[in-house]
Amino acid sequence: MSLLEEMNRKATEQGIPLSAHMDITWKCNERCVHCYLDHEGKNEMSTAEIKDALDQLADCGTFFLSISGGEPLLRRDCFEILEYARALRFNVKLKTNAVMIGTKEAARLRKLGIEQVQISIYSDRPEIHDAITKLPGSLRRSLAAIERLKAEGVKVSISNVLMKQNVTSGKAVQRLAKEIGVEFHIDPTITPMLNGDRSILNLGITKEELEEVFHTEEFIGNVGEFCAPIAEVNDDILEGYSCSAGHTLAYISPSGDVYPCVQFPMPCGNVREKSFRDIWYRSEQLTELRSVHVKDLTTCSGCGHVGYCSRCPGLAYMEGNMRGPSTSDCAKSEARTGIPSAWQVKSGARPGPSLVQIRVA
Amino acid sequence: MPTTEKYLAKSTDIAARTLGDETIIMSTLDSTIFMLNPTGTAIWQAADGNTPLSRIIEDKVCAEFDVPVEQASADAHHFIDELAEHGILVVSDHPIPQ
Repeated sequence: MSLLEEMNRKATEQGIPLSAHMDITWKCNERCVHCYLDHEGKNEMSTAEIKDALDQLADCGTFFLSISGGEPLLRRDCFEILEYARALRFNVKLKTNAVMIGTKEAARLRKLGIEQVQISIYSDRPEIHDAITKLPGSLRRSLAAIERLKAEGVKVSISNVLMKQNVTSGKAVQRLAKEIGVEFHIDPTITPMLNGDRSILNLGITKEELEEVFHTEEFIGNVGEFCAPIAEVNDDILEGYSCSAGHTLAYISPSGDVYPCVQFPMPCGNVREKSFRDIWYRSEQLTELRSVHVKDLTTCSGCGHVGYCSRCPGLAYMEGNMRGPSTSDCAKSEARTGIPSAWQVKSGARPGPSLVQIRVA
Repeated sequence: MPTTEKYLAKSTDIAARTLGDETIIMSTLDSTIFMLNPTGTAIWQAADGNTPLSRIIEDKVCAEFDVPVEQASADAHHFIDELAEHGILVVSDHPIPQ
């Protein structure tokens, strides 16, 4: 077991929020077509309130901290917040579109010891990237910032969210990342808006395109391993949890709302009204979430994919039941293995196994 | 045992958190991860730049973990050498201003 796995295991056992994601603003200078946030920026925490929340996270044992938004650098106090977080010895990742990172900002981020800057690049072609961000010149500016960060020695990761508009751009962005010498991650997940609006899911790639992504060695690595169905479902899997949300991961919104994860908008309390510790250890919502084991999941517990499915309880929650399936993950499991999920069969979305079957030796 | 007194301070190029009686440390320079056991954590927490290593060993290791000073000192010097080598601890013959 690696040290990180050991640390995660201990954090899970002890209920420590080892990782936290804090959006310091939802304001943004881009208007990405697939974004799940509104950008009004109302009721944001002050600098002092954010620092207090960081103090509380450190006190509860949070080690990994993602500072994000919106565009976090739109806040004038962004560097003050980052500096404060580093003084508290968090391992800090900054998620940004980077269009505001000039030479001075890149140098400051290096000096602060930011672990990684994660930047979304949708295409190597400005007409595609800029059409998604709706900010003319954004690809050029983001790439220039990546070069500046690289020159300073800051670790950078390019995140490539796939949607209809850029589904053919994945390999080119991956090549670009390789040329620049930065990490690359591809993500075919479109998240519903936090206000419940699901219309942006129409931007998601098709079943066939998803299958192609999951069968592309450059993206996945060992395709045979990634796409092979695992037949055995043991007690460890059934007694386990779908993901770390609410177990070792917490999310804090710009107005102080605490959720299990940014993709799991179940309000558990607000750090302006209660201490984070009180919310983390005593909220009814988190207590209920932590009581849900894989064996308790309706439909999913009896699904053949349950051992490796990327099921997101937050997406399931947004579909109406955190114990239910997250249908986009059903689609992913099907795209990986060619086998429909139990929910897909149950709902009639896919035919079930034939009553009469022929097996040829 | 070294005759010169040593002073320890935590580097600024690290991320660290103490969870219970263990401490996780990650170097921001090369992302190397270290996990300190309770004894290492005791030394780490006392590394304030001002307290001499000999006093840390006496007060935080020998007293709390019931080990003889010779053994504690040898282990502690090995421990700080390793962390200093990775840039996690700053070690000096003089107090280190924080």
